[in-house]
Amino acid sequence: MRWIWIDKFVEFRSGQFARSVKNLSLAEEHLHDHYPGFPVMPASLIIEGMAQTGGILVGEVKNFEDKVVLAKIPKAEFYGTACAGDQLIYDVTLVDHRAEGSVVECKAWLNGTDHLLADVEIVFAHLDNSRANQIFGPKNFVFTKQLLGVLNLARAQQASIESDAGKSET
Amino acid sequence: MASHEDIFQKVQTTLVDALGVDEEQVTPGATLQGDLEAESIDFLDIVFRLERNFGITIPRGELFPENLTSDASMIADGKLTAKGLEEIRTRMPYADLTEFAKNPEVDRIGDLYTVDMLVRYVADKLASK
Repeated sequence: MRWIWIDKFVEFRSGQFARSVKNLSLAEEHLHDHYPGFPVMPASLIIEGMAQTGGILVGEVKNFEDKVVLAKIPKAEFYGTACAGDQLIYDVTLVDHRAEGSVVECKAWLNGTDHLLADVEIVFAHLDNSRANQIFGPKNFVFTKQLLGVLNLARAQQASIESDAGKSET
Repeated sequence: MASHEDIFQKVQTTLVDALGVDEEQVTPGATLQGDLEAESIDFLDIVFRLERNFGITIPRGELFPENLTSDASMIADGKLTAKGLEEIRTRMPYADLTEFAKNPEVDRIGDLYTVDMLVRYVADKLASK
């Protein structure tokens, strides 16, 4: 299983804000188990999607040099459920950022931005590279190619749109 | 200028939000780790919240010093030596060492982080703004 719980970035403002989407489909195995006959997206995986969106927002500030790990979830409030066929929108705002850690505020919206599904706060720790390298090695296990591929795809699509717009103007 | 009571109440709110404890638990003498069950990552969260709630800047290690007892000469038989105690006094000027100094066991250093210590630190920060 690929541990990517967002499908695409639709907005990315460096060091400030990111919006990603996650489409829920019955092709996802876990929805058949959670629950049989009632496919509900687990709240923990919604938080994971927010954390991936926030983690990339935080990591990008220093060009993904730090190992950014989820350290704490001080608040997680859910107001409903998301089922197969729904689309989740994750809005993540970088509230605080310093050398040793960051805080993001996240909102999950259901099928548009009228229905607030969840309100979550996440604290990330930035592992000290010298210490983290001793334990985990130099490879950045947080920002894998797969995970960063989501952001790269969004950038490639944006570049393509801008290029097409430029061609049509000329 | 904020009164001591104002600062205490805001610190209390900060700790309720950061640690998920009840307001009644956050008494002036409560220790962050022992009484309020704060873990190391909570210290970072507390720093963030104090900065936001009071509009102050807290440099790394100023409120919660790191590697306090890294020097072996500061410890003997599980207790801080005179040099170790002096180091704590210097690096934790807001902590009340009166009781701790009578029996300065290394394991009790965590007890120096109290609600009152945070209030004194914030009051000093606000006064010097």
